[in-house]
Amino acid sequence: MRVRVLVRLKPGILDVQGAAVQRALLGLGFGDVRELRVGKLIEVEVEAGAAEAARARVDEMCRKLLANPILEDYTIEAVEGERLAPH
Amino acid sequence: MRFGVVVFPGTWSDCDFHYAISEVVRQPVRYVWHRDRDLADLDCVVLPGGFSYGDYLRAGAVAGKSPVVEALGDFVARGGFVLGSCNGFQILCEGGLLPGALMRNECLQYRCQSTSLLVENVDTPFTRGMPPGQVLTMPISHGEGKYYADPETLRTLKARRQVVFRYATTDGQVVRAANPNGSVENIAGVVNEGGNVLGLMPHPERAAETAMGGTDGLLLFQSLLGTLVEDGTFLRR
Repeated sequence: MRVRVLVRLKPGILDVQGAAVQRALLGLGFGDVRELRVGKLIEVEVEAGAAEAARARVDEMCRKLLANPILEDYTIEAVEGERLAPH
Repeated sequence: MRFGVVVFPGTWSDCDFHYAISEVVRQPVRYVWHRDRDLADLDCVVLPGGFSYGDYLRAGAVAGKSPVVEALGDFVARGGFVLGSCNGFQILCEGGLLPGALMRNECLQYRCQSTSLLVENVDTPFTRGMPPGQVLTMPISHGEGKYYADPETLRTLKARRQVVFRYATTDGQVVRAANPNGSVENIAGVVNEGGNVLGLMPHPERAAETAMGGTDGLLLFQSLLGTLVEDGTFLRR
């Protein structure tokens, strides 16, 4: 089962990386960008019979390692049947 | 006093700490590999700076879940001392041994420079014997040293006097201009509630001899030695 995790800084926590990227876009003429925040995409292939079981497993991974609950929120999408993009 | 200096893949300040402890402070010290769990012979475990496991995922995240850091839970519970500097501070936060987290510097630059630190609490085992208002000079060298804690945690930290060091001017003024990385309220180092785990971004091991440009880092070791003499640990060994 393939599972996709999105990890992002909690709302209200200053994202200096996002602000720098936004400034770069401004320099490229994208003055219409109101806000830009950078997060992380983690794809996990986990042995599981059902999507719910895979989700529960990955949720545990997020709580133990993949996200830092002080700084970050995460969302989990089970993407059954979809293949990771080739290298 | 027996020190252990933990070595992760990617640690870079291990030899500096080993040198400062063995050659300057003149105390017994051994290296501790990150897979080791046996810390029974040690009084103080040092987590040095560097880039443990390449700092993949987040700085200190993977190291924070390593066997040696898991073993630190029991070590700390039985009163052992832990000193984490730079990456070591990040690891202690990621491992749940200290509150808060460390983020990318607000300036987005890697900062390698001398800093002045106001010692806010001179009653911890690591700072005892220093006069109130003591200012220490120690270098920093990091890209992710911006300390963050939510407002409630911050209130608790202050109420329990767990904030030990703040970035300041040379005369001890805690002002924004003296903050090299955007840390909340200029915080450079904190202790746990029990007072036996200290994390700080600056490098005491790089301020341990006159030839290095200063010796203020030694004061932390001297405080710790004094603590152990006073509580009788030396007599039991």
